[in-house]
Amino acid sequence: MNLFHRHEKEATREYPLLQADHLAIAFDRPVLRDVSITVDHGETLAVLGKSGTGKSVLLKLIVSLLSPDSGSILYKGNDVTRLTEEHLMELRSEIGFLFQGGALFDSMTVGQNLDFFLLKHTDLSIQEREEKIVEALEMVALADAIDKMPSELSGGMKKRAGLARSIVLEPELMLYDEPTTGLDPLTASSIAELILGLQTRLGIASIVVTHDLPTAFTVADRAVILNEGVAVFSGKMEELEHSEDKFLRDYLSASQLNRNRREGILHPTQRMPTIPESAGRAA
Amino acid sequence: MSEIELHHPPPLAPAAAPGELPTKPVIAPSVSGDDGSVWTKWLTLLGGLWVFAARFFKTLARPPYEFREIVRQLNAIGFRSMSLVTVVGVVIGMVLTMQSRPTMLKFGAEAFIPVMVAVSVMRELAPVLVSVILCGRVGAGIAAELGSMRATEQIDAMDVAALDPYKFLVFTRIMACMIALPLLTIYADFLALIGSWMIEKLYSGMSIGLFINSVQSGVDFSDYLPGVAKTIFFGFTIGVVGCFEGYNSKGGTEGVGKSATDAAVTSSLLIILLDVLFVKLTLMFWGPG
Ligand SMILES: Nc1ncnc2c1ncn2[C@@H]1O[C@H](COP(=O)(O)OP(=O)(O)OP(=O)(O)O)[C@@H](O)[C@H]1O
Ligand SMILES: [Mg+2]
Repeated sequence: MNLFHRHEKEATREYPLLQADHLAIAFDRPVLRDVSITVDHGETLAVLGKSGTGKSVLLKLIVSLLSPDSGSILYKGNDVTRLTEEHLMELRSEIGFLFQGGALFDSMTVGQNLDFFLLKHTDLSIQEREEKIVEALEMVALADAIDKMPSELSGGMKKRAGLARSIVLEPELMLYDEPTTGLDPLTASSIAELILGLQTRLGIASIVVTHDLPTAFTVADRAVILNEGVAVFSGKMEELEHSEDKFLRDYLSASQLNRNRREGILHPTQRMPTIPESAGRAA
Repeated sequence: MSEIELHHPPPLAPAAAPGELPTKPVIAPSVSGDDGSVWTKWLTLLGGLWVFAARFFKTLARPPYEFREIVRQLNAIGFRSMSLVTVVGVVIGMVLTMQSRPTMLKFGAEAFIPVMVAVSVMRELAPVLVSVILCGRVGAGIAAELGSMRATEQIDAMDVAALDPYKFLVFTRIMACMIALPLLTIYADFLALIGSWMIEKLYSGMSIGLFINSVQSGVDFSDYLPGVAKTIFFGFTIGVVGCFEGYNSKGGTEGVGKSATDAAVTSSLLIILLDVLFVKLTLMFWGPG
């Protein structure tokens, strides 16, 4: 089972953890045209971009759920698209994947969902598994939902349960597809902190697909921004803030606008001038 | 273990050869629509089914199996179909007896009604009717269930976690179908005879003892066994088609409905065609002369 780990000792530190070059994929129309990303050991990369630009597709390419039309994906120096089935299994057991909707197995309870992963990939006893399950669920504040069926959970709870399930095996690389979308701001920031904690405490590298800039700035070392099939930005988060590119400025200022409005709501005095007092009483 | 190094070849993959990229997942072509060439669609579908079914035997060759899941599916597929099969079984027996009475009377062959009903039911009616009805109840159900798991990325999630969704979801359902169908057919055979006897009792006052005697005198295992045996293959067909349609379902929730319909249409058609083949084979072995 530990082929990749063994291999790592000898050679893989020479390679970045993940290196994807010139990826292209088309369905009815081209989705990704030329996208390259690199993730180093223990590093977090944010992938930003408008809805429908192929962010989820990019994540699926990395775990070979989809095959690129061209380009290469190297995980620890091994070409993901050419692995044998056995090696692909091994690679996948090292990568955690949080799906956009959580993707909980709806015939099992939350606890069984996590247990299913542990049962298949570890030799732990029932008690040890139970401990790990509770620990993972506590991390996402869902310990009391352990015996609930997925259909009894809200969208945000499903996502958090999905997150617990994908980290219970302590992967080396985590792929998060919009981990904070649809969560209330408090839960969102606690999830962002959790992701950051996994990186700093356990050294888990991650790719975070998100629309949420505060999350991106909290967790990521670097960012890639996709637009119309190409990466229009790739670099450190600080560079992103100071970029002169028109698309980037628009993208950032649109989110900035949202944030200002949120803050406006928090400080009603700032909002007063826009709502004339007389307007309220006129009726 | 000290020889671990020898267990697997190193994972260093050969450099990408251009023009040799892996294929995209199979798309189940629609058989319920009528656009495009029907023949191309059926051939593509049969090709896809063939590959999908071959994987069943590969999985079969690699135990251990997911026994608990098989039992769970047996309950969902077999046990929960019992009420439907009960009705079908009793009604076949009753209707067949009522329909054949006038003709048999005309030829003075009233005494042969039980045998005639038993032979018709065991050879053809119970196996085929039960299987075709279960194409809807079970085949479409499986397709809808797996289709919605596909749409909500549950199958992808299993794939990504190296949990072998084929083994866990598909193999277990096909197995359950192959076990449930023969059992349900035997059950339907039995109920059809009861239905037939009830009608005989009503019309001619025949006692149960006489009815059983009459059936036993004219029915042997060559009427019974091939009928039950072929439902193993029908069960296989229902399982494979249902799983294939669901597993390869496309287009989110809308695709789920289409997968379910296609599963029911395709599997019932295949079963009827397969039946012709089986009848031919049975007659070759046990045929007259
Ligand atoms: N399996 C597939 N088959 C066909 N088309 C697909 C498939 N997966 C994705 N697409 C198409 O690729 C495009 C990109 O999809 P993707 O889900 O990656 O977008 P996204 O960037 O994740 O958007 P969002 O932020 O809304 O999640 C979409 O137009 C989608 O319709
Ligand atoms: Mg997406």
